[in-house]
Amino acid sequence: MRPIRVLVAKPGLDGHDRGAKVVAAALRDAGMEVIYTGLHQTPEMIATAAIQEDVDVVGLSILSGAHMTLIPRVLDLLRADGREDILVTGGGIIPREDMDALEARGTGRLFGPGTPTSELVEYIHNWFEAREAQTA
Amino acid sequence: MTTAEMLELDRLREEVAQWRARFDAAKKRNALFANSGEVVEPLYTALDISGDAAAAEVPGEFPFTRGIHPTGYRGKLWTMRQFAGFGTAPETNARYKYLLSRGQTGLSVAFDFPTLMGYDSDHARSEGEVGKCGVAISSLADMETLFEGIPLDKVSVSMTINGPAVILFAFYVAAAEKQGVAATELRGTIQNDILKEYMAQHAWVYPIEPALRLIVDNFAWSAEHVPLWNTISISGYHIREAGATAAQELAFTLADGFTYVERGIARGLDVDDFAPRLSFFWDIHNDFFEEIAKLRAARRIWARHLKERFGAKDTRSLIMRFHSQTAGVTLTAQQPMNNIVRVAYQAMAAVLGGTQSLHTNSMDETLALPTEQAVQVALRTQQVLAYETGVPNVADPLGGSYYVEALTDKLENEAEALFAKIEEVGGVVRGLETGWLQRQISESSSRQQWEVEQRRRTIVGVNDFVTEEGELTIPLLKVGIEAEREQRARMAEMRASRDDALVQGRLTALRDAAKTDANLMPFILDCARAYCTLYEIRAAMEEVFGAYREPVFF
Repeated sequence: MRPIRVLVAKPGLDGHDRGAKVVAAALRDAGMEVIYTGLHQTPEMIATAAIQEDVDVVGLSILSGAHMTLIPRVLDLLRADGREDILVTGGGIIPREDMDALEARGTGRLFGPGTPTSELVEYIHNWFEAREAQTA
Repeated sequence: MTTAEMLELDRLREEVAQWRARFDAAKKRNALFANSGEVVEPLYTALDISGDAAAAEVPGEFPFTRGIHPTGYRGKLWTMRQFAGFGTAPETNARYKYLLSRGQTGLSVAFDFPTLMGYDSDHARSEGEVGKCGVAISSLADMETLFEGIPLDKVSVSMTINGPAVILFAFYVAAAEKQGVAATELRGTIQNDILKEYMAQHAWVYPIEPALRLIVDNFAWSAEHVPLWNTISISGYHIREAGATAAQELAFTLADGFTYVERGIARGLDVDDFAPRLSFFWDIHNDFFEEIAKLRAARRIWARHLKERFGAKDTRSLIMRFHSQTAGVTLTAQQPMNNIVRVAYQAMAAVLGGTQSLHTNSMDETLALPTEQAVQVALRTQQVLAYETGVPNVADPLGGSYYVEALTDKLENEAEALFAKIEEVGGVVRGLETGWLQRQISESSSRQQWEVEQRRRTIVGVNDFVTEEGELTIPLLKVGIEAEREQRARMAEMRASRDDALVQGRLTALRDAAKTDANLMPFILDCARAYCTLYEIRAAMEEVFGAYREPVFF
């Protein structure tokens, strides 16, 4: 199977990139091809990068409280480009009920603080296998 | 050393050797007996401390290992200063009045991300972020509202702002003028530490060199006009939160401090004119004794370098005054009530280390901004420590402890070794440009994550002692989008009521001055007084200075 391509992105103005970098490194160590956007990205910059880089997964890290604005916008921009096939997942300081609302709106699973990176790796692998099986 | 003393040491060596044999033979737990990265010995004795250790020192005397005041906390307790801010200026003003009514003794402003980055609340980049994790302040008008009914000659105020720090400081000075309070009466601190922004916290605006110029402008201007104000809070907090070890936090922060001193001196300032207003800010992590030793070592290193390397003569230049905050990164979303206990231990370490002011984190901060109830518990944690435990009764009560003294020496040595490495890579500024410093922090962060995932490092409730019933739910503070709507309306009103010709004139004057070597503080203050907005002032200088671009890596 080809390597899974992941874009790890930091939407909005928050500068907390410790989690994003730890996750990016863990996914790379698990054999995925990882691109990290750097800080302070707009949803437009993220969606464009995801499409241009032809990734399978976008992982959004957000700790600023702006998740209810920025995450749906990334989803909408990808959909507008016909890219519903890209998994939008992520995590950060996101209260449970907001996670539920975002997942209902079409994101994949969202993860909170303290999640082992092995759980993210497993989640992305499983999602990818399921998608490949569907399209095969 | 007398013969009797030498015989005594020989006897101790022999006893330690016997103990070591018994220790090695005994069965031991399988755990990580280390503080950040370094293995800790199972026992410390007089053999582990150097002859000239702080045991021979008293508090209030050079090199201040044992504290900056001869009276310890008997003269004055630390300032209980809870960092707070959310939503709009009126909402945060109400929270400040609540905190002051509950016995808090100083204020500390948390700004929202747009403000931290120099964007107005009505800028496109601010959408969704206004008032979310701090208060939105886009002009003098917001700053006036923030401190409405709070006399700025009576309350000391700390402001956590860096990239656009000088602009927010100008809003503050202008707001005080409006209250009829002279700048000379203002007491407080502006964080203004841009080097750690590039290193760890990432709320930057301009490239490194012009950013350093603005900081030195502020040192020079404030020494003359706002003499009681701390012009910078050189911060290890964010460096540690980003993943640094205690020794790295200590060394990188002090190296930043030395860089600012060098820049001030290079401007032609006398070190004793600005060094007394430099303050520090440390992160208080879980490893109790290591944190205490870190604070003791920090004071000693600063005093020695200022005296010996920079030729400071005024005692006030030599003493390191600092704020502390318990480590946000140690809080867990799982079983959040446990955080109260973590914070209490960390607060005690800060006080045993001799902090001048303290913020205790609230239990719910891995989930959202804290609720009033959670903040009250955090504040009460400090009050119990101050008034019930007896800990503040004696200055530096751990001075002379073999372990704490040995750790203090060790951290000082590690910091000196790291200063040498920073010199090797070309200094702090070069180390940031090449990403060397950022990489050191990243590597430590990855190692800690690995230790947690391998369960070599235990986090109660996360990788051990996990409860089956799932997350304990606690009430969370919600900051809705109303704040953004309200703030946009306030901005529109303010923009409509100001003198546009004056605004443009002041911005032009600032832009022109930025092209020269002039001190920019008076120009920025004039912009503030004319109700130029944060972003307008930021943009005027950006036209001359350009913007910072980070080296991206992981």
